[in-house]
Amino acid sequence: MVYLTRKAEFSASHFYHNPEFTSDENQRVFGKCNNPNGHGHNYTLEVTVKGAVDRKSGFVVDLKQLKDVMSREVLDAFDHRFLNKEVPEFLTRIPTTENLAIVIWQRLVPKLNAAQLHRVRVYETPDLFVDFYGES
Amino acid sequence: MKAHLTRRYMLSASHRLHSDEMSAEENRLTYGKCNNPYGHGHNYMVEVTVSGPVDDQTGMVCNLVDLDGFVHNHILERYDHQNLNLLPEFAEEVPTTENLCIAIYEIVKRGFNKAHLEKIRIEETMMNSFEYLGENGR
Repeated sequence: MVYLTRKAEFSASHFYHNPEFTSDENQRVFGKCNNPNGHGHNYTLEVTVKGAVDRKSGFVVDLKQLKDVMSREVLDAFDHRFLNKEVPEFLTRIPTTENLAIVIWQRLVPKLNAAQLHRVRVYETPDLFVDFYGES
Repeated sequence: MKAHLTRRYMLSASHRLHSDEMSAEENRLTYGKCNNPYGHGHNYMVEVTVSGPVDDQTGMVCNLVDLDGFVHNHILERYDHQNLNLLPEFAEEVPTTENLCIAIYEIVKRGFNKAHLEKIRIEETMMNSFEYLGENGR
């Protein structure tokens, strides 16, 4: 088994707000991330796939295909967007880094026919990242 | 759904690698310049990885304010700008980064109850790093 990781970057804005909370609760739980006009990050995405090395090609996965899927499913939808308003999943879920990792996993899994997804890592800043392994 | 969250912190500290159980010559052979008598320092990058279900209400594994508060009060306050050799946990143990990993792991494991501690990883320099996942870790 060999693991291959591809990186990508996207820049987006978001804010944290739960309509079931009062204003005070939102402020207490989410702090400055609750500012309604949003704020932004340069996110770094790492997608790790795993598999056996193909004897003919020497590849775990066709990198071109992985890059295309990441571009289409994630970057085209997230890059330079306001996540709360422009990405359908975040109309009803808070766009925390945890939920970003989960949503990206859910977008990639059905499209990655040649490789098995191992991990989605999302850096919100260089000092904060979330890993999702598809665990329930 | 379960996710892993990692936060990085920096602390600056000095240490000297020296074991009383070895002769001066053995210490020099084992630890090299890390055995220089007056010690030296590093900017340690400490990565704390916790895991847990992503809360439906908040979208979080745990609130970063809680994690940052705990690490600040119990790790950074304890180790930042200190000489590690003078701390009680290193009275008998050599303050290698391996042992610092274990010491920090034990403090977080014992005191932080908002999420499950998975791992402590410390970069001593840009060229080396150490990880501790607990006694039963992978």
